[in-house]
Amino acid sequence: MFLAQDPTLQDFGHDTWWLVLIKVVAVFAFGMVCTLLGVWFERRVVARMAVRPGLNQAGPFGLLQTLADGLKGAFKEDIMPRTADKVVFFFAPTVAVICAMTSMSVIPFGPMVSIFGHRTPLQVTDVPVAVLLILACSGMAVYGIVLGGWASGSTYPLLGGLRSSAQMISYEVSMGLSVVAVFMLSGTMSTSQIVEAQASGKEYELFGATISAPGWYAILLAPSFIIFFIAIVGETNRAPFDLPEAESELVAGYMTEYSSLKFLLFMLSEYVAMVAMSAATATLFLGGWRAPAPITTIWAGANSGWWPLLWFFIKVVLLVFVFVWLRATLPRLRYDQFMRLGWRVLLPINLVWILSLAALQVYRDPETGDGKYVILGGFLVGIVLLALLWPSGKRAPGKPLEEQIKSRPPGSFPIPPMDLQVPPSPRARRAVAEREPANVGAGSGGDRADKES
Amino acid sequence: MSTGEAVTFWIMVWPALAGALGMVLSRNAIHSALWLVLTMLCVGVFYVLQSAPFIGLAQIIVYTGAIMMLFLFVLMLVGRDASDSLIETLRGQRLAAVVLGIGFAALVGTGVYRALDDRTANGLEQANANGNVQGIASLLFTKYVFAFEVTSALLITAAVGAMVLAHIERRRGEKRTQPEMMRARFAPGNYPGPKPGPGVYATSDSVATPGRLPDGTLTDRSISQILPTRELTPAESAPKGTEK
Repeated sequence: MFLAQDPTLQDFGHDTWWLVLIKVVAVFAFGMVCTLLGVWFERRVVARMAVRPGLNQAGPFGLLQTLADGLKGAFKEDIMPRTADKVVFFFAPTVAVICAMTSMSVIPFGPMVSIFGHRTPLQVTDVPVAVLLILACSGMAVYGIVLGGWASGSTYPLLGGLRSSAQMISYEVSMGLSVVAVFMLSGTMSTSQIVEAQASGKEYELFGATISAPGWYAILLAPSFIIFFIAIVGETNRAPFDLPEAESELVAGYMTEYSSLKFLLFMLSEYVAMVAMSAATATLFLGGWRAPAPITTIWAGANSGWWPLLWFFIKVVLLVFVFVWLRATLPRLRYDQFMRLGWRVLLPINLVWILSLAALQVYRDPETGDGKYVILGGFLVGIVLLALLWPSGKRAPGKPLEEQIKSRPPGSFPIPPMDLQVPPSPRARRAVAEREPANVGAGSGGDRADKES
Repeated sequence: MSTGEAVTFWIMVWPALAGALGMVLSRNAIHSALWLVLTMLCVGVFYVLQSAPFIGLAQIIVYTGAIMMLFLFVLMLVGRDASDSLIETLRGQRLAAVVLGIGFAALVGTGVYRALDDRTANGLEQANANGNVQGIASLLFTKYVFAFEVTSALLITAAVGAMVLAHIERRRGEKRTQPEMMRARFAPGNYPGPKPGPGVYATSDSVATPGRLPDGTLTDRSISQILPTRELTPAESAPKGTEK
């Protein structure tokens, strides 16, 4: 049992080459396995929510269905469209996969562990700007989609690609701003240090007992957490923000012309990005690999050794479940609604929240002297302004339905009468006819049978 | 240079050069932009190599992630076949440009090389003593705060100026907004839905039978104009006793 198990930045970069190789291969395998299980998980959960059995044919619980689909996809004909830009068409899916996989390299999966006698953190690498690397990877992942859409040389993929680029640029702003709040509280940009900063909250004395506040930034920075999660749903092109591949408008968006392995690579990148972004959310806001309080109070060793891998995996699975839940529940947004949400709702809320958080940090700083009163005054003025300028939501009560219909000008769209009686179903007539086969005279027998029943 | 730095430098220098040359030489505007993206990524790695990880990643996020993306966006809107024209408008211009460009690059390269040949980095440890990000932040928000704010004011001015220049004043009513179009769609006299197919609520599946609107009236628009409107009589529409 080691107590000093939190890796510091000095612990990184000293691994031997085979240890680095093991870690890289393990993270790659984690991404691949998560894709295989993720597709299965998504289809099972969506089926459950739609009251269907879902996958249950290949393997136990249909677990091998994704593998079968993948193998089948790999053996399909690889079609290169005549108007495609061949080189870019080939490279676009690989760009998407590489970017999604790379962002997993700075995710801390656990504390210091011992691998073949070497003490090493369960993380491929960490740098002082690790979170920026995640942002950079998600920014570069757009290239895969945009170039795939452009290189296909047809209209729908191009529209999907253009949508995707506009969407990702818009939502990356909100995403970056929510991460700023995390930086402000933790004072670092390295992922392992952010996990360490969430280990324990502030201790308060309450009626003689010491109570420690929650350390998770999901609680301390709840607005940032919510906005970050909305932004990563937009960033990974998942429903309800899957406008680049909106199948009701754009066939399959940027993937329309892709087939065989290249199409599979796009699917792989989508699921790896989903897992990587869930892992990033768990790291930044949900305490990373640390078990939450009830577990640690009962079992002190929950955060040492290889156990944290389990806690981390549970958190990632829960977040992936939220992704799937959103997909099963919400309809796709219209494009202008989506853009309005990003620029007019998420961004202003985030800016105001960061400003007040910064003011709060300065206010609590013991070195701040008279500045405290300025901040307090600013807050009060802000609240008063907000109360004065808040748009009143009261509307005049509408007219009843009958009057609304009567006041419609002539030539309006015809609507059925209000006391409409549903005509008898033609199927009922047939049931009667089956009971009374015979020489029913044309036009009379069926009608009478209806009236009797 | 330490060994690792040298190895990474000599690996990354070729894609950086290839990207720069490819950007100049490729005919297609989008291919040019992609070569430039490659060079910018390599430049980002070089920054990280030289103990400036924050600038390196900011380079990748801001330049490759956002600015080049906007470039691509505009190029794609312009059209995928927008290649450069190869007609020389000034005679001998291309040759002169090549000679002058190579000469300028050689001058700058030798100058920088001779000036920095056997220098070692000075004060790198002091600059990064409290961490790279913290070092940049403390400089930006203390010593250079005025320059920083002036730069941002300049950028905002440029953005506002571009918006003013590119903004086309439309008279009210010239372009209908989405809510206006929806209102017009449901205004009296306009049929909002798809046209009813023949045989809707009808007693026959003949194409000559007009569809019915929700209030029960027949609509002539549902049948082809060369067909006469025809509604079956009750005797014709009743079951003929053919079932069973």
